[in-house]
Amino acid sequence: MDATDIAHEKTKIQVRGLEFFYNNQRSLKSIDIDIPEKRITAIIGPSGCGKSTLLRVFNRIYAMYPKQEARGEVLLNGENILAPGYSMNRLRSHVGMVFQKPVPFPMSIFDNIAYAVRHHEKLSRREMNDRVEQALRGGALWDEVKDKLNQSAQSLSGGQQQRLCIARTIALRPQVLLLDEPTSALDPISTGRIEQLITELKAQYTVIIVTHNMQQAARVSDNTAFMFMGELIEYGNTDEIFTQPKMKQTEDYITGRFG
Amino acid sequence: MNANERLYRKRALKNAVAMFLSCGATAFGLLWLAWILLTTIINGFQALNLRLFTQMTPPPGTEGGLANAFYGSALMSAIALLIGTPIGLMAGIWLAEFARHSRLGTTVRFINDILLSAPSIVLGLFIYTGVILPLNLLTNHQVGFSAIAGALALALLVIPVVVRTTDEMLQLQPSTMREAALALGVPQWKLTLQIVLRAAKAGVVTGILLALARITGETAPLLFTAFGNQFWSSNLLKPIASVPVVIFQYAMSPFDDWHSLAWAGALVLTLFVLVLSLASRLILLRNRSH
Repeated sequence: MDATDIAHEKTKIQVRGLEFFYNNQRSLKSIDIDIPEKRITAIIGPSGCGKSTLLRVFNRIYAMYPKQEARGEVLLNGENILAPGYSMNRLRSHVGMVFQKPVPFPMSIFDNIAYAVRHHEKLSRREMNDRVEQALRGGALWDEVKDKLNQSAQSLSGGQQQRLCIARTIALRPQVLLLDEPTSALDPISTGRIEQLITELKAQYTVIIVTHNMQQAARVSDNTAFMFMGELIEYGNTDEIFTQPKMKQTEDYITGRFG
Repeated sequence: MNANERLYRKRALKNAVAMFLSCGATAFGLLWLAWILLTTIINGFQALNLRLFTQMTPPPGTEGGLANAFYGSALMSAIALLIGTPIGLMAGIWLAEFARHSRLGTTVRFINDILLSAPSIVLGLFIYTGVILPLNLLTNHQVGFSAIAGALALALLVIPVVVRTTDEMLQLQPSTMREAALALGVPQWKLTLQIVLRAAKAGVVTGILLALARITGETAPLLFTAFGNQFWSSNLLKPIASVPVVIFQYAMSPFDDWHSLAWAGALVLTLFVLVLSLASRLILLRNRSH
């Protein structure tokens, strides 16, 4: 692994010796990776390589399933989020996540955004209205929905729903955004809008995106990590990974020889 | 005729036979249903009038209605729903959201299925020996057969239906919705009540309606709990009339005017259950089209 290009940037998340187990079966093998702040980091690799698993460690969402376990260290701002005392609530208000399939909650567009904010903060009605507007602008959705905030979120198109999910996540003002194949269920036009949105988001957030689509990784990310069979094979500047990979496996994957 | 064609004909023939048998079986089943409904409608319609809803159950040979029986049925069904729905909802939520794959959850689900198909007369007997006999002893024979005992027996029928539908409807909700809410830092109890349950609302309400439809027609659990009453009664500690029990008694009697009252009661019950089923279908359909 070569991380010289990344070393000089400010590190947001530091992973050391991370192992992950499903039913006692090891699916991540001693992962070390530094995620730089306010950059877009893409994780690529074939199905089952562990890229989503790694992402799901960053907000500990795996913990809702009884037979999944992570060992090692994951430092967010220098604090180990895997430590027993670390508050899950706090972690998830710092680290937001957007999933593969858009899942609007069964409520209005406004409430989809406001719901989690209400849980974490006490805001006046005006502050809440502002927060919702900001979030929807941040999600590049405001102009399309500003006149129908009270309509059910299920009435939106798939692409709009996914931008709503992004807006819902940034409404909590997280530091890190995890995107788990956020466009794989969307058409090319919606995908384009989301990709543009992602590049805009890096001004304020540290973004980690797992994607199946190598062109997407090449288009949007600053750094790329290639994973295979639960191991981090290569990690570095996106342009270098895609033009002159150092490892044979990386080259085989990005040239389409397997995966 | 070549081999291929022979094979094709053979298959077409098999298909025709299977199709004929399937359609025949369906028609045979529907025939009885249509016959039952037609008999009920024809006989019930003749006896239908306004007195049915304004007058009490009469002695033989005099005019009367079923007002006290309708009232008793409505009262006991309402109490049974009030008792059974919260218990069923909470148990269903526990099963689907907190014990889905645990051994205890699987066991409870299995026992609930047994309760679901238990003969309702057994539930009536259970309330008789478990509630009425002790109450009788404790109150020195002042309280025995009573409306509240009937409602309890009906509640025992409501619970497993609501548990089952709530459990199933919640399990149908995608786990991604739970993950999405958890990822926003919302605790599990909150997302269960405010998101998952809300998403499954139509199905859960349907389950409650179906439970109501089920208890409306139940006779056996009321025979030795609510017993029956010739007169209007609102006292929960006294015996009370109910439509199915009155139908049972009147249909068994040798009197023609009682027979026609029984038919009228049967028609009203059938229509009520039909409306409930239609309503639950509509709720589900409307929800799906969203």
